[in-house]
Amino acid sequence: MKSFVKVFFVGGLLSYRALFNWIRPSIYIPTLLGGPLFQILFFTYLGRYATDESDQFFVVGNAIQVSALSAVFGMSMAVANERWYGTLGPILASPANRAAIFLGRALPVLANSAFVSAFGFLVGVVLLDFRPGWDAVPALAVIVVASSAGSTALGMLLGSIGLRAKDFMFAANMANFLLLLFCGVNVPLDVLPGWMQAISRCLPLTHGIMAGREIANGEALAGVGGLVWTEIGIAAAYAAAAYVVFRILERESRRSAVLDSL
Amino acid sequence: MTYARVVWKGLVFLTKRNSTSSWFLLLVLFQPLIFATIAFYMFKSGGREGTLLYAALGAGMMGIWSATLFGSGGLIQWWRWEGTLELAVGAPPPFFFVLLPAALSNSIIGAYSLAATLLWGRLAYAIPLHFEHPFAFGVALASTVLSLGLMGLLLASSFVLYRHANALMNLLEYPVWVATGLIFPIALLPGWAHPVSWPLAPRWGIEAIRDSALGGGGIWWEIALTLALGLVYAVAAFLFLRLFERLARARATLALT
Repeated sequence: MKSFVKVFFVGGLLSYRALFNWIRPSIYIPTLLGGPLFQILFFTYLGRYATDESDQFFVVGNAIQVSALSAVFGMSMAVANERWYGTLGPILASPANRAAIFLGRALPVLANSAFVSAFGFLVGVVLLDFRPGWDAVPALAVIVVASSAGSTALGMLLGSIGLRAKDFMFAANMANFLLLLFCGVNVPLDVLPGWMQAISRCLPLTHGIMAGREIANGEALAGVGGLVWTEIGIAAAYAAAAYVVFRILERESRRSAVLDSL
Repeated sequence: MTYARVVWKGLVFLTKRNSTSSWFLLLVLFQPLIFATIAFYMFKSGGREGTLLYAALGAGMMGIWSATLFGSGGLIQWWRWEGTLELAVGAPPPFFFVLLPAALSNSIIGAYSLAATLLWGRLAYAIPLHFEHPFAFGVALASTVLSLGLMGLLLASSFVLYRHANALMNLLEYPVWVATGLIFPIALLPGWAHPVSWPLAPRWGIEAIRDSALGGGGIWWEIALTLALGLVYAVAAFLFLRLFERLARARATLALT
């Protein structure tokens, strides 16, 4: 048990520091703070021109969605970079618990994603007059963590696939764009065609964004409990799928001797 | 004549190579279609259906800028990773003529995104592709692609000394979309932000493209401004390259990743 906890926390943090390529301030600030800042401004101004929605609609949607940038890329790198750096073999040869190895590196990613999302809300407050009220802050914090967990779990799944697939950054990019389109970030869900709505309800972020908008409109956390639990449930489902894929691909990679092939 | 041959051969080779790159296709086809779709639904939800062609043109231009930014901005870094930067710098022609076809090729590939968003708009949303001034539209598009290619050259030359150019590229995509009014009018921005767009070719390029497609005055003036800015970028890139290349060689940082 002690070993599990150590691998989970210490191993997770060390792996994150070693494998997340964007951790240096010279990359982190422009990519994970500057990028989200301008994404929020871009869609808010586009929204002012093209739609009748309030700025709040775009601030909440994009501030929650930007967590995906950090989560999807961070988690993909934290898992799939083991192969690129040639350290996957030694990791898998060790007797360490796989769940501890795998889930431990999700924790720093989740914390970072929540931070990026909180920064997005701050951008809204400072630059776009977003004023949800102090009462809403704890509820928004819960939603940000739940949504970050969802996008981190999606990142886990992509990272697991990246253990075998050649270009995991390509897949991470695609996933980030698709979340932007499908999750109701900038377009109300009921405007999307039925098949897109059906997909969006199976993706992380969708329910978190809906809950965030209701909180910003004055609803209490209890009033959006269903949405928050659905978001958490989706996160758990993606994490479980990611773990299963990880174990399957690990076994297949050993069997076909392609563990470190690039 | 030799330099013209270097540029032409490089342009043909790199355009062919980039056209088969999955990464480039993501950038110039997939990403613009996603943004175009978002924009179409946003305009539709706001009941502004007459502006869907406006959205398609804007999303296409966004793709051209992304291809220029990531293609040309990342050029030096890629050559560093591939280990070919020193060979390119050491080749007999001036480095400017080695880099120029690569930068132009990136913006030419970027033009695929405009074609893609217009086609997508036509097929998926039945947008009528009726251009008010088709000849001016062609000239405006060619001028914009050329000017953005030269802007890419300036970006690439500035990044010779900067090892984390990829981070700067991640930052610069949205700000140029915002500042140059590619998909919404600049008038929406605060007054202090308007002058930011003046030295940026995409601002004049999109105005020329939009005016020629949707109808509007001042098209040839906007085209002239786009081309003039392209010339300024080319001269600045030439000077920067001479300076930065020498500095990178003197400090032995040319190939450092």
